[in-house]
Amino acid sequence: MLYFVLRRIGVMVLTAIALTFIVFYMTNLPPNLEKLAKSEASVRMADDAVASWLENNGYGGPVLVRYGEWLGVMPGWTREGEDGTLRGRCIANGTDPATAPRFCGILQGNWGFSTVFKQPVTEVLARSLGATGWLMLWVMIVMVPSSLLLGVLSGMREGSRTDRVLSTFAITTTATPEYVSGVILIALLASATAGISPILAEAGWISGKTLFPGTATSAMDDITFWNFFLPVMTIALYGIGYIARMTRASMTEVMTQQYIRTARLKGVSFRQVVMKHALRNALIAPFTVIMLQFPWLLNGVVIVETLFNYKGFGWTLVQAAGNNDIDTLLACSVVAVFVVLVTQLISDIGYVFLNPRIRLA
Amino acid sequence: MEDALSWGSILLRIAAQLLPVWVALIVTFALSMQFKRRLGLYGRIFDSPVGMTGFGLVMFWVFTALFADWIITHDPLAQLSGMKNIIPGSPLKDPAEGAYPWYLLGGDHLARDVFSRVVMGAREVLKIAPAATVVAFMVGITLGLPAGYLGGRLDTTISFLSNLVLAFPVILLFYLLVTPEIRVTGIPIALAAILFIFPVIFLTILFNSRFFTTPAKRNLYVGLTLLFGLWAYSGLAFNADPLGIWSMDPNMLNVFVSVVFVNSPGVFRIVRGMVMDIKTRDYVAAGQTRGEGPWYIMLWEILPNARGPLIVDFCLRIGYTTILLGTLGFFGLGVTPESPDWGSTINYGRRLLAIAPHPAVVPAIALMSLVLGLNLLADGLREESMKD
Repeated sequence: MLYFVLRRIGVMVLTAIALTFIVFYMTNLPPNLEKLAKSEASVRMADDAVASWLENNGYGGPVLVRYGEWLGVMPGWTREGEDGTLRGRCIANGTDPATAPRFCGILQGNWGFSTVFKQPVTEVLARSLGATGWLMLWVMIVMVPSSLLLGVLSGMREGSRTDRVLSTFAITTTATPEYVSGVILIALLASATAGISPILAEAGWISGKTLFPGTATSAMDDITFWNFFLPVMTIALYGIGYIARMTRASMTEVMTQQYIRTARLKGVSFRQVVMKHALRNALIAPFTVIMLQFPWLLNGVVIVETLFNYKGFGWTLVQAAGNNDIDTLLACSVVAVFVVLVTQLISDIGYVFLNPRIRLA
Repeated sequence: MEDALSWGSILLRIAAQLLPVWVALIVTFALSMQFKRRLGLYGRIFDSPVGMTGFGLVMFWVFTALFADWIITHDPLAQLSGMKNIIPGSPLKDPAEGAYPWYLLGGDHLARDVFSRVVMGAREVLKIAPAATVVAFMVGITLGLPAGYLGGRLDTTISFLSNLVLAFPVILLFYLLVTPEIRVTGIPIALAAILFIFPVIFLTILFNSRFFTTPAKRNLYVGLTLLFGLWAYSGLAFNADPLGIWSMDPNMLNVFVSVVFVNSPGVFRIVRGMVMDIKTRDYVAAGQTRGEGPWYIMLWEILPNARGPLIVDFCLRIGYTTILLGTLGFFGLGVTPESPDWGSTINYGRRLLAIAPHPAVVPAIALMSLVLGLNLLADGLREESMKD
């Protein structure tokens, strides 16, 4: 078990390094750097001015060396300015170059400076991850119990009417990506001209023009049912269908097992059979699926935060990617890759604990 | 000037406009029902109501895309004055001679006809999604077969690479791959050069492993494959077709390549897993004892026996690709502003959702119904293929 975990962690570190290098390489391609130089210094720069600006600000030299600097395994760059002062990656403005550390990458806790938000990346990331954390928490609270319930109810008696209705619902939600369900939900519940809001407003049941607000910006300060319902439902709906279908498949399989029939023949009531015998075995497969949903949720989070203008992790990622904010983008990818790899590891280990028949080498 | 239409007459007029689609659907269904016992797995779709519903939805959009030129009521790019964000069923302000007198599903933020744009958008989506899925399948199969069958270091390497791509957040990958700046660097062309060669390799090995004992036949098939394959390859990947028939807009190539790149590792995983399962069967051992080559066993013994799950996954994956294309459009990546594809139409429409929801809702429902159809079709196929 220990060997397995160690080997998995080794592969994880290798994957993380490879992925961050790819992101680093892609964001540091010459045309991207040129765009960065022009947006940071001056739009009407000649080609040689761009080249010298890049050279002076540490964007020159081989990509591998710069990646090493970012990671913190290579000494940071230093350049002597025209006035004789020493500037460098690790030398903060106005400090003495002699006291500056030699290495300053993410391994030393230096995540860089965001060119879009004009803030250290750590601050940007902490704020946005906090906001997304709340979103994810509520999505999980809504999604997991309801999808398991749906799956168990429809898998309990395969082919019954409940099964058909619930399966149709599940397959419809899996066919609805977040940007579609979000748009439909807003049109139904948060539009002043369509859906149910005009009817309710006319009847005087709601004070404002719409039942729900169309954005979740106010949820940054204060989360309420009204401003959080739509974003949470939009993300959760897509996951509910998927997890429910997996639970249903696993439940129907368990219900055909011999021990279920034995229990039934012994005279145990159907309720008891489902609750005591079937449920625990049926929930092993959905556990993995729920864990592997995290990377998918990341996608949903990006779309929903853009749609509802909620300034969390996904919104930050889009802003950073759209403006080629290299440091922020790299930090975002580190977080994303970390989330994906850790959930994979947890799902593998959890699977072993839940299912004693599986032994890892 | 005509009166505004009620919802009932809007629906009737849309149905009338879609007449070619209904005719084609009825003909397809009638013929397929008639001969369903002779059509193999395709015919068996018509035994399951779920599969039939899915097939109907998918074919509805396929025919809509095919007959789009007859169905549209206005030019999807034309902007008519006074029709900005106008509600469904509104009459034209000053109709030109012979023009269709209404905007059936309203106008968008640039006063274009939403109905015509959604119909033309079906063509955009169905042009890319199935083709990209086919290429992704060729890549996944060509790599997955040897990885699963031979195992060893080859398997470890390819699996690591595919896990790498799978661990990437899709949207981040799109933002990195589908930008105008990337096109300058030639990365899309390099990716296309790698990905587009796989169909050629796949077909060449497929024919060679089967017919190498009869050189005349082998030379014909392999020769034709190489001739047409490399011809198309030079045109699509490098835009260097000497005759100028095969070519791809650089924007489209960028989108296409990214979608294939994101999809291939998933296919690879499925194929690899199935090969590892199937290679323990007796008929594979029999083939090995007969002295068949590894590629013959992989392509002509294992692959046909893995077709059921692969066909199901193919349907699901077209749906997934449609969602991905919509995501690209939603973030405004790799599409021209005039493009009527559903994703970017939703993107432009969402900004005005509170005032005029229809420009975004109509393509949203279109996209949902197509993906739903593909999912139902996959479900029906799975049910039917499990019966034997």
